[in-house]
Amino acid sequence: MASLKINGEERTVEVDESTPLLWVIREQLGLTGTKYGCGIAQCGTCTVHVDGVPVRSCTYPVGALAGDEEITTIEGLSENGDHPVQQAWAEMDIPQCGYCQPGMIMAVAGLLNDIPEPTDEDISAQITNICRCGTLARVRKGIHLAAKKV
Amino acid sequence: MADGLTLSRRGFIVSASATGLAIGVLAACGGNGDEAENAVSSEPIPEVNAWVHVGTDDVVTVRIARSEMGQGTLTGLAQLVAEELECDWTKVVTEYPTPGENLARDRIWGDFATGGSRGVRDSHQYVREGGAAARIMLIEAAANEWGVPASECVAESSVIKHMGSDRQTSYGSIAEAASQLAPPIEVTLKDPSEWKIIGQPKLRLDTTDKLTGKQVYGADIQLDGMVNASIKAAPMIGGTVASFDASAIESMPGVIKVMQVGDNAVAVVAETWWQANTALEALPIEWEPGEGSDYSSAAFEAELDDGLTADEAFVGNGGGDVQAAFANAAQVVEATYNMPHQNHACMEPMNATAVWTEDKCEVWCPTQNGEAALASTADAAGLPLEQCEVYKVHLGGGFGRRGAGDYIAQAVTIAKSMPGTPVKLLWTREEDMVHGFFHPTTKARMRGALDADGNLTGLHLRISGQSILAALMPQALADGVDFATFQGLLPSGVDPRVEDQTLKYELPAFLIDHAMRNPPVRPGFWRGVNSNQNAIYLECFLDEMAFAAGRDPLEFRLSLMPDDSKNAAVLKAVAERSGWGSDDGKSRGLCTFYSFGSYTAACAEVTVSEDGRLKIDRIVAATDPGTAVNPQQIEAQVEGSFVYGLSALLYGEITFENGEVQQRNFDTFDSLRIADMPEVETIVMPSGGFWGGVGEPTIAVAAPAVLNAIHAATGKRVRQLPIKDQNLRDV
Repeated sequence: MASLKINGEERTVEVDESTPLLWVIREQLGLTGTKYGCGIAQCGTCTVHVDGVPVRSCTYPVGALAGDEEITTIEGLSENGDHPVQQAWAEMDIPQCGYCQPGMIMAVAGLLNDIPEPTDEDISAQITNICRCGTLARVRKGIHLAAKKV
Repeated sequence: MADGLTLSRRGFIVSASATGLAIGVLAACGGNGDEAENAVSSEPIPEVNAWVHVGTDDVVTVRIARSEMGQGTLTGLAQLVAEELECDWTKVVTEYPTPGENLARDRIWGDFATGGSRGVRDSHQYVREGGAAARIMLIEAAANEWGVPASECVAESSVIKHMGSDRQTSYGSIAEAASQLAPPIEVTLKDPSEWKIIGQPKLRLDTTDKLTGKQVYGADIQLDGMVNASIKAAPMIGGTVASFDASAIESMPGVIKVMQVGDNAVAVVAETWWQANTALEALPIEWEPGEGSDYSSAAFEAELDDGLTADEAFVGNGGGDVQAAFANAAQVVEATYNMPHQNHACMEPMNATAVWTEDKCEVWCPTQNGEAALASTADAAGLPLEQCEVYKVHLGGGFGRRGAGDYIAQAVTIAKSMPGTPVKLLWTREEDMVHGFFHPTTKARMRGALDADGNLTGLHLRISGQSILAALMPQALADGVDFATFQGLLPSGVDPRVEDQTLKYELPAFLIDHAMRNPPVRPGFWRGVNSNQNAIYLECFLDEMAFAAGRDPLEFRLSLMPDDSKNAAVLKAVAERSGWGSDDGKSRGLCTFYSFGSYTAACAEVTVSEDGRLKIDRIVAATDPGTAVNPQQIEAQVEGSFVYGLSALLYGEITFENGEVQQRNFDTFDSLRIADMPEVETIVMPSGGFWGGVGEPTIAVAAPAVLNAIHAATGKRVRQLPIKDQNLRDV
């Protein structure tokens, strides 16, 4: 049993406390925008925000939550899909297959919460998500564009 | 390069397509702006033709047979149809017809296979004709209604106007009448100079849902009453299940079923996937080793080395008197390079969702080949093709891996044991890493002859190693020769099927041959396929020869190709843009290659630190794909090709010990991150008159350009891949 506050809603789920937050989000809460990629916090496809800070939810046991944290998934990042990062991503046509992009967008939105105008060095240090299609060059440009929109 | 496979599958499908089949639902796959997204495009009016449906709201639905896996083919193919249809691009949406419908309609959408960078280049003719036919029918329907000749009517942006009066109507108003007309017998396609949609940098049609989490991938499929499965196949090559103790986990939370799948795998079915996988991890399983279970990559090196100098080898290309060239050489240059196995590592692990009953089997899956997926489904279901259906969903990466049906067969096998219950099978990353169809491993030994003036007079490129075709489609071997091994190195004018993979250098005397040495590792077509290592072998070695001859690598290459050739043009373009030859102290490396029907070149700029660490500072890349359907999407594919190609160069390596893959996840099979990723300046320079591929060809030039730049920076040659763990000042 765990209580969560996710995308502004209070939810209670029947689940073993060791279950990673990722699988609670996907399976108990039915929010499939957050993806499974590696299960060992390497690729970042599962990135969500806990109190505005990006975390890799695939290794974050739901039992580690106190219950009063604000969890935000890609579905809750903005009401109309128009968060500055989403706007920049749309303008630059960044996604290819798109599977890594919810995690990428959440990681970038988290970076901009922390550093509103990140330098290239900040981006290299903070954004470590994997994208196999290869959007990374555009992602870097997209982050700078999104920063201008914040 | 999968022509043999395609043809054999086509034969299979066609022979089975005589009987009827209920038409399944069409899977919507992408909107274009709010207007189209909110529209109901399933108006109960018939299609105009197989490619085009127009709703009363003027929304044009274009059917796309090929799979979208990130490469942008969905948008490109829609542009081709829309161009000839003369429709309003802002109201275009797309959907996938199902393989079952294709079967029932005598393969009206042609080939569903999505590989070999063929999505656009192999279907541009018939999809444009489909658009043109629909336009002609729409115009004719309007003309009939007005009682005027069709020749007096014109269509533009989904509106038909009568030139002799002020009458006009929209596509949506006339679509139903058009659907009743016989299709035109002949259509004339526009001259490229008249194109308004083709050639434009249109935004992708499938972006919006990818930004909000709404895009549904195979891993996200939810069906009523669905249960979830995780699977573990024998981790060693050739292994089978000896035993497993289901009782140890049957009482774990959510567990519904523990079962063997085929002879080599065990699956756990549970209410949720996390429960299934947690139980599977706890399941005691004994494996029985089999053929290949003693395989080790380190030991196989000896076989690869043997092939480098073996007397017998298949000849792929050659000409002139090579022996004489070496006998008379003023200088002989030699080098050996390698390419280890690679995993595709699609971001979305393999998965499929299946529901089986005695009468029907349905599968929802990401696949690069809908028809092959249907065949895999029918085979595992034990049902005729006509009683099976596959619903394609967007792929979370494909890269060649999702042409196979292994994961589909597993899902169907599990579903068959639970009739009527939908089962979603999702692989763990570890399962995905271990049970790949790996990029083949080869080594190459090059010998080059130079005369006293530093001219290349002879070249011998010996490839030793694994053949994809020998393992996957031996029927495609020609007298034992795997032509695909020689991708990008083949002779021109010999076989039209491989004309898009030919060597563009003109060499005075040369021999390119292959000593086939096959490990028991399952190989596969991996984005770029064999052009990737063939470009490394040829282009790094030509660089070595240029330096041995004391010549500029650009001038040396250009001396081996006609000055007005397309490969010279792309090479010159990157040299000029990158500042090649300038006195700015930058370390640059060049590469050019021709594969998948496109000419590509790259120039890399790198820095190697005093302690031997690499930083790739800049890439300039040029591509001439003949026709550029969507230049900004081509740029995206070129940029992405460097991520994929450089990930392999820097980190990619699958090795085996005791038949087991040693790399299980991204911690040991790493991928290039944004910190490593240079800026890519792309020059798209379509010269017209042909249709080349886009998704794969540029991968070939990524690694050689960087390797040659590393030499420029350090004076050292890296010939052992991947680069990881090597000190570049100490190789």
